[in-house]
Amino acid sequence: MKSASLGKVYRDGEKIIAQGEQGDCMYVVQEGEVEVYVEKGGSEVRLAVRREGDFIGEMAIFEREVRSASVRALGSARILTIDKRNFLRRIQEDPSLAFRIVQTMSGRIRELSEEVTRLKCGS
Amino acid sequence: MRKSSTGHDWVHTEEASTGVELRDGDHVAVIGGGPAGTFFSYFFLDMAERAGLEVSVDIYESRDFSGVGPAACNMCGGIISESLVQHLATEGIILPSTVVQRGIDSYVLHMDVGSVRLETPLHEMRIGAVHRASGPRDLEKPTWESFDGFLLSLACKRGARLVRERVTGFDIRDGVPGIQTKSSEYKEYNLIVIATGVNSRILERCRELLSDYNPPRTTGTYICEYRLGAGVITESLGNSMHVFLQKIPGLEFAAIIPKGDYASVCLLGDRIDADMVQSFLNSPEVRGCMPNDWRPDDRSCRCSPLINIGGSPRPFGDRIVFIGDAGVSRLYKDGIGAAYRTAKAAASTAVFQGVSARDFERHYLPLCRELKKDNGIGKLVFTFTKRIKGIGIFRRAIYHMIEGEQGMAGKSRRMSMVMWDLFSGSAPYREILLRTFHPAFLVRLFWHTIHSIMYTSKHG
Repeated sequence: MKSASLGKVYRDGEKIIAQGEQGDCMYVVQEGEVEVYVEKGGSEVRLAVRREGDFIGEMAIFEREVRSASVRALGSARILTIDKRNFLRRIQEDPSLAFRIVQTMSGRIRELSEEVTRLKCGS
Repeated sequence: MRKSSTGHDWVHTEEASTGVELRDGDHVAVIGGGPAGTFFSYFFLDMAERAGLEVSVDIYESRDFSGVGPAACNMCGGIISESLVQHLATEGIILPSTVVQRGIDSYVLHMDVGSVRLETPLHEMRIGAVHRASGPRDLEKPTWESFDGFLLSLACKRGARLVRERVTGFDIRDGVPGIQTKSSEYKEYNLIVIATGVNSRILERCRELLSDYNPPRTTGTYICEYRLGAGVITESLGNSMHVFLQKIPGLEFAAIIPKGDYASVCLLGDRIDADMVQSFLNSPEVRGCMPNDWRPDDRSCRCSPLINIGGSPRPFGDRIVFIGDAGVSRLYKDGIGAAYRTAKAAASTAVFQGVSARDFERHYLPLCRELKKDNGIGKLVFTFTKRIKGIGIFRRAIYHMIEGEQGMAGKSRRMSMVMWDLFSGSAPYREILLRTFHPAFLVRLFWHTIHSIMYTSKHG
């Protein structure tokens, strides 16, 4: 992985987002994989694995809540930060920029609905 | 018609329709396969698919970007701005490390009073340095992919058809535009998108055909690619773009951009000639950041393209729209970012609103006007910078103000942020100007100016 390319290279296991922190940006995975997990009662629960082109931490763009999960690199991963202000300014001019995020979030709601259904059905 | 907060019309209603709309089976031609043309094709086909519109796009581009040297190149400094890198990532366009020859994480500002480094607060590679072709003409073995070639392949993957021919004729017959190439017959299109840049003869033909269209005003540039080798570049220039505020008459802006094996020297100004280039290259500031034994090689790949500094007032007509440099761009900076913005606005108008002059006037012109208005403020900012760089006391004050800000937190680094945005083109010029009116900025600048006056009167 070229360290002189765009974004920042995180080593295997290095934390990109810490649960509970205040966030004012989101990230896009440029290369490699990252793991999204929740820390609860001293143990960790893996929520998802995100790959090249995927957003992480996008809730911080729309909410003022603290980060709901942690994210760390799985192997070496190159990550680009997207500034909230820069992003929102561009959305004022071109609302279609938000389309892909809405599409991603819609996909994630669908995944969660399926997960809830599975849990409720006990399968 | 409902309006967005910025005054753009977003929501299409029946009363807004002019009746000149694209329909299933229609054909669109894009003249020019550089960033403006490929961004248009990519987003146009994406939006058309979303809207359930089946249209075809032909991109006319005679150059093969996988080649080397000026014949395969769209000739520019090759900087992908901080904001564009982020917008593209959000759009799902990830610039691969085979295209981005070097990520830039900082600027080094060179003046006669000293050099000072401006770093991104995130310590991240935020700006991309690329070559528009596969590399300069003296490249022995291509190791990098062309930026323009990468975008063109994206547009083709999205469904655009590449016609590798030069457009030799352009006409409007009975209100329908059409084009001709050397080997094919005249072909009519439902929409023609002019994305040729400012160095094309087609713009002159457009002026004859469209009474309202005037090609943009231009200024000269000089770009030269010096082969130094990746190791030497990392050691001498690092991952920083080097910007020079020098008192050379006629020189508006000068920078050295590190890339893979090459360093690109970019000069902007009205009267760039061999003497000015020599005067710049031999200056102590340039000598100080280049390797000790470096001598400019006269055989290096160089070009002097024109750039857009004053957009066309009406960059459209019925079934015709001008984007990127052929329409409106940003003053001195972020030309590729302006190509992205104008291409997307034109694509959205064509798909969701219509392709008549009235549609483009209502939905595309507001963005062009906004860019032009901001360029007007940019002109003021650059005139002010030009005056300041001519006065030693101010140069010293700016240098010390930036130097003193290095340990401070993000927002307190006021001069650093102004300079960062001015060099990187990341923020609108209006925003940059407003930041210089902040009382904290003015007080600190005044304080450093007084110190600079005292230093000068003491040391001469």
